[in-house]
Amino acid sequence: MKRIYVNEEWCLGCHLCEYECAFANSGETNIVKAFKRDLKPIPRLHVEDAENGIHFAVSCRQCEVPYCVLGCITGALSRDEQGVIHIDDNKCIGCRTCMLMCPYGALTINHNKTVTKCELCTDNNQEPACVQNCPNNAIVFEERE
Amino acid sequence: MMKKKYVIIGNSAAGIGGVTGIRKEDKTGSILLISQEKYHTYSRPLISYWLQGKVTRENMSYRDDHFYEDNQCETRLGVAVTNIDADQKQLTLDNGETVEYEKLLISTGSVPFVPPIKGQKEAQNCFTFTTMKAAEGIKELLNEQSRVVILGAGLIGLKAAEAMINQCKSLHVIDLADKILPSILDSETAQYVKAHLEEKGMVFHLKTQIDKIEDQKTFLSDGAILDYDILVLAVGTRPATSLAEKAELKTARGIVTDTQQLTSQADIYAAGDCTMSYDMSAEMDKNMAILPNAYMQGEVAGLNMAGKATIFEKAFPINSLGLLGMHIFTAGDLNGECKSVTDGEDIKKFYFKGNYLKGFVLIGDFVRPGIYANLIRQQTDCSTIDMETMMKTPQLAAFNHNERFKKLSVAH
Amino acid sequence: MGIDLLYPKYEVVRNFDRCITCRVCERQCANEVHSYDPELKKMVADESKCVDCQRCVALCPTRALKIVETDNTFKKNANWKQQTIEEVYRQAGSGGVLLSSMGNPQEYPVYWDKMLINASQVTNPSIDPLREPMETKVFLGKKPKTIELDEAGNVKTALEPQIELELPIMFSAMSYGSISENAHKALARAATKMGTCYNTGEGGLNKELYQYGEHTIVQVASGRFGVHPDYLMAGQAIEIKMGQGAKPGIGGHLPGRKIGEKVSQTRMIPQGSDAISPAPHHDIYSIEDLRQLIFSLKEATNYTKPVIVKIAAVHNVAAIASGIARSGADIIAIDGFRGGTGAAPTRIRDNVGIPIELALAAVDQRLREEKIRNDISIVVGGSIRSASDVVKAIALGADACYIGTAALLAIGCHLCRKCQTGKCNWGIATQREDLVKRLNPDIATKRLENLLTAWNHEIQEMMGGMGINSIEALKGNRLMLRGIGLSEKELEILQIKHAGE
Repeated sequence: MKRIYVNEEWCLGCHLCEYECAFANSGETNIVKAFKRDLKPIPRLHVEDAENGIHFAVSCRQCEVPYCVLGCITGALSRDEQGVIHIDDNKCIGCRTCMLMCPYGALTINHNKTVTKCELCTDNNQEPACVQNCPNNAIVFEERE
Repeated sequence: MMKKKYVIIGNSAAGIGGVTGIRKEDKTGSILLISQEKYHTYSRPLISYWLQGKVTRENMSYRDDHFYEDNQCETRLGVAVTNIDADQKQLTLDNGETVEYEKLLISTGSVPFVPPIKGQKEAQNCFTFTTMKAAEGIKELLNEQSRVVILGAGLIGLKAAEAMINQCKSLHVIDLADKILPSILDSETAQYVKAHLEEKGMVFHLKTQIDKIEDQKTFLSDGAILDYDILVLAVGTRPATSLAEKAELKTARGIVTDTQQLTSQADIYAAGDCTMSYDMSAEMDKNMAILPNAYMQGEVAGLNMAGKATIFEKAFPINSLGLLGMHIFTAGDLNGECKSVTDGEDIKKFYFKGNYLKGFVLIGDFVRPGIYANLIRQQTDCSTIDMETMMKTPQLAAFNHNERFKKLSVAH
Repeated sequence: MGIDLLYPKYEVVRNFDRCITCRVCERQCANEVHSYDPELKKMVADESKCVDCQRCVALCPTRALKIVETDNTFKKNANWKQQTIEEVYRQAGSGGVLLSSMGNPQEYPVYWDKMLINASQVTNPSIDPLREPMETKVFLGKKPKTIELDEAGNVKTALEPQIELELPIMFSAMSYGSISENAHKALARAATKMGTCYNTGEGGLNKELYQYGEHTIVQVASGRFGVHPDYLMAGQAIEIKMGQGAKPGIGGHLPGRKIGEKVSQTRMIPQGSDAISPAPHHDIYSIEDLRQLIFSLKEATNYTKPVIVKIAAVHNVAAIASGIARSGADIIAIDGFRGGTGAAPTRIRDNVGIPIELALAAVDQRLREEKIRNDISIVVGGSIRSASDVVKAIALGADACYIGTAALLAIGCHLCRKCQTGKCNWGIATQREDLVKRLNPDIATKRLENLLTAWNHEIQEMMGGMGINSIEALKGNRLMLRGIGLSEKELEILQIKHAGE
């Protein structure tokens, strides 16, 4: 299954992936308008800026053994046949158990207090927005075993 | 006499985990799921949210409407098992049916402990708070004039309190311990949370118990007398082991299971709140009533029942709860050497045994706490990572490059 | 200290209606121009540090930025231009030699733009490169005077070693130190994929790049940086650098701040101090000395590698070339005055040397007159900017072209001409690890391949248009060129007719 991977040696820590992710998943059509609102779009991946010029983005690994799904108390989290893990926003009650289960810290809180995470936004494009917009090919979307 | 390959007693997290686990390995073997409660599987913790008005009854389903159908799982809902004959591998149900099984999963969960208080049996409007039925009962009575008294300042008691505080006239919480949430917080953090809840209108009576209940009044050991319209007894739960004990399965603080969730009896497995299992953080056997663990045990039991040897040996207490806007994450065992990291108003406490993180408490709007939980789960030697930076903010950058590569650059 | 007489050259214009304060510009500017002001809750810019490298403009997700030349102008003066005045201010302030990067930007005639290419009409019909075979392959090296075949039709004559190129374009010498490791990797990989060569420049050869040796020209310059026997054997050919178009008469210059551990190791020099190559090779003071060096190198490599001698285009270039042809060199590379550089004194870069077009024509003409044209191949460089420049160069007599600046542009350079600071925001002319990271060789290699593919196709189209189907037939074919707006003298030197004739 294709997943998002980060080539740490090329990540410049520019954070463009975060902005493009937030925009792509915001439902808005104009990036400027999206970010001028009071409640700004929230990115579903997180760029860590470490020392020694190391940067890398962390997004949901779509784990085969997804601790978030196993721990979800409402059944809002589920894994589809392709292996992508989804959140049913209507069922999530914001208990944050999944955030406590995820070894990568890939889940984050929405404005409406439910959780959100990368769900491989390939509906609008063939490639997730972060991959498309990384200026240095640090984020890729590919199969790896 | 029904003959089923797999029989599961219980319809909550562990039972559902069992169904899923079985079906991962065996797509065709027959499954029968028996549940005392008559409902489609529902998320038990959500009863307080429902009482609060935050979720609808429909949205409480733990799995979608066609879950049983999709998994070819036959059900008997609203039916109780009265007897397990382990030698004959047969169950007797209270509707008169008998079932023969090849593999059995006991996931009966827990039952609320009702303390022997004088006058409790006759007490009016007295509820425990672990089932939908209890929540429905309370909701029928609850109104703006209600005076609510809750015995027990643990997880269940406080969630019930949270549900009702904005819908009633007064709310008192009583506990024998000297702190609230005694099972998951230390004194300092418990005090911090208590102050927050008091600000929201709750009144606490600690180091106290109820001596007597009479005429909708509770008589406390410290001398106070509290009138009530609704009384909730939430002093804890016990693993539901009566069926197992009757069948002479080995029980201690719950049904004894090995890492494959097998009980002392061949072909009988147990999972969830009804079991005793090994807490890897405290390094001792315990009854842990933790939903994520219950589900994971259920799946493992299911897999083993279907013939795929699997083990689960990474259970440890883990709790995430919000109480009226304050968010609490706890995990593991809080008896180690404590390192506190101040972060403005938020609380962050880590408990170590040597180089190993054994537990933590985070109170506030924290992100990515799962990274800390994973340190416990993987028993990471914290001297091999940059623990100082890690304690400031949970981050994968605290791991060295090779570790990060394994985490982020290969498939999981 | 006195008054700072130098006003910032550029202004950072931010459209606040479009700016979403994502701070990408802040994170990506090595000159620290942009920053977020938390009190004003806005992005602010310090234009005095801006070099107009366009990095922020390119990366801004909402295109909210543009860099403009300041319209703060001194009083107009055709003789004392603002630039000239500022240079005097600079020297009055520093007391030092002005240093610049990249090629001569001044107003001098560009002869490529004054020559026009022929096309077939009616007779000698055009050839369609998409339908018919086009030979863009070139062999660089000494060609024999006669060829003898055996009975089977195979060539019996012993041939001197040749460089085989799939197309008449190579990447010119850019040293490791002046450009980054990632840039070198990209050049090496693209050259290999496209069947051409790149040149190590005088910085030596990185161990990891030995694998691309078949597509590498190793350079031996006056400082002899990184020269050792394995190095000489590693490449396809050896180039002796006698001069460079951007700075004829002086040696290379790598500022100390660009010399870190890896550069120091590869060049075999100490870290942190300026690496200045001497102007002459101190063992070459005559053509005979050059001949000695050429043959030492051939001995050291068992006569398996062609030797190139690279010179700058200067006044007596024809005579020099003639001497070099007789000295045993297989190929002569001429670098015109527009050639790029990592760092050179401004005055030398802007005032010394002659245009490559004129130098090429003069050299080709002279070698033909002396009947030694086939003893040596000619490669030219020094601002070959497009496929049409390549076609014109070949028509004037070149065997192949070197591209330097064009290659860097392909991988992101915006010609801000601040390479000497070592803070190249595109990861090209820098050694800072955090900046070198910005040039991902996977991306850069693809872009270089694309550039060569595109130019190759264009060359084929133009050749096809002329009814020519091989580079050989275009070489020195001056009849395919006409001058426009050139004086009699210029036409005479170029040996081409005027348009209309």
